[in-house]
Amino acid sequence: MAALEVKDVTFSYDGVTPVIKDINLTLNDGELVCLLGVSGGGKTTLFNIIAGLNRPQQGKVLLNGEDVTGQSGRISYMLQKDMLLPYRTVLDNVALPMLIKGVKKKEAREKASGYFAQFGIEGTQHQYPAELSGGMRQRAALLRTYLFSGDVALLDEPFSALDTLTKGEMHRWYLDVMDNIRLSTVFITHDIDEAILLSDRIYLLTGNPGTITDEIVIKEPKPRRKDFNLTDAFLAYKREIISKIGA
Amino acid sequence: MSAKSRSTISKVALPILALLLLFAGWQMICSFTNVPKYMLPSPADVAKAFEKDWRLMFSHARVTLTETFIGLFFGVIIGFLMAVVMDRFSVVRKMIYPLVVVSQTIPTVAIAPLLVIWLGYQMLPKIVLIILVVFFPITISLLEGFSSVDPDTINLMRSMGASRMQIFRFVKLPNSLGHFFSSLKISVSYAVVSAVVSEWIGGTEGLGCYMTRVRKSFSSDKMFAVIILISVISLILIWLTGVLQYACMPWEKSKHQSRSHLH
Repeated sequence: MAALEVKDVTFSYDGVTPVIKDINLTLNDGELVCLLGVSGGGKTTLFNIIAGLNRPQQGKVLLNGEDVTGQSGRISYMLQKDMLLPYRTVLDNVALPMLIKGVKKKEAREKASGYFAQFGIEGTQHQYPAELSGGMRQRAALLRTYLFSGDVALLDEPFSALDTLTKGEMHRWYLDVMDNIRLSTVFITHDIDEAILLSDRIYLLTGNPGTITDEIVIKEPKPRRKDFNLTDAFLAYKREIISKIGA
Repeated sequence: MSAKSRSTISKVALPILALLLLFAGWQMICSFTNVPKYMLPSPADVAKAFEKDWRLMFSHARVTLTETFIGLFFGVIIGFLMAVVMDRFSVVRKMIYPLVVVSQTIPTVAIAPLLVIWLGYQMLPKIVLIILVVFFPITISLLEGFSSVDPDTINLMRSMGASRMQIFRFVKLPNSLGHFFSSLKISVSYAVVSAVVSEWIGGTEGLGCYMTRVRKSFSSDKMFAVIILISVISLILIWLTGVLQYACMPWEKSKHQSRSHLH
């Protein structure tokens, strides 16, 4: 059974002009699937629907086969902005989703603290977000996302606000972490390289209203070699995607 | 000397210098002209008056401070509750927000006598006046703080399944602390002034009463002394509010320390 299924979802804000239309996508267990498309193409709208913040006019969202359409609090969500609360320490930020679920403070802190090393942010527990670099803050935000739900995570352009060097470092870190925790993830980006580098499969979301026009499977096995983005195979994928988007 | 310590010194030293010059000029006007003492006492006269009467002033100050603290306490609680209710129910906000604003255009001096007629000569009318003055900045600033939360943060909290109460506790409340303390600093000084004004109108104790008495006996030196005492009390309370803010918002400290190496 697929971890997440989106079936025939159509959504419009005004009830007349759809922003996205007849969206179908599947996310298998432990898979990393990317939603690639231009900015303003309805990617974030689709995420809001999957996360249950908006209810689609038509279609369903299934989590492990269960209908969760319009239910928030089931699928975790991470944005381009790290959204760490400035007045909570990193540890208390990361533990927040557990506190919301009603876990005791001490227990939540202990559990969260156990992941700091694995996520490469050991030692930042008692610092405030303002004391951390952008990359470190995104790591903490991902850990918070993971602690919210180990099932499925939605990442909305998580690395696009970072500079190129930090971004490269974050990609390597991300693949490393994912190799261990195998979190089923849907990932939004408008960066073709990032999509090829990280994903198992890529959905192309184009047009107005946004529809899924193509699906590309990246066959390169994981863990991926460090210079994958310099290989001919990588370039071939890139050429294929560019020609399909018409960019 | 580092640039930082130099700027700190000039920040402290320059205002003190200005103040000393002011006092020196004042003293010179009194020493070299024939201005009568009941119109303008010299700084030395004021100091003497304070030295002579400080015990009496302090016992009056204790009454004024008691009123101030009780009024502040309830004013802050009422201001907070109003902000919470107005934030939660937009109908309530639309209904009472204009009334609240209008209520602030009524001069304190005009309400004070009415309160005395309604509530008597004891502490109650004074406390009520302070509450009326204090709650407004608190309510407005908290409302501002509650509504200035990034909508994406609220969405993120909702996506985590947070209830309205949890969003309030984890996001809105801490987010508005900075606003709250800025307005508390204003409220604290308003509270002291309002206590004094309400004591002018009626009563037997408090710095306002003391002021009325020395004014009637043309003891301008004592008048000046008590004015300075009231200012000093306000300043100390504002400073204490700052200390409290610092203790309640430890993350602000870390932000200042790290700003230099982040930017």
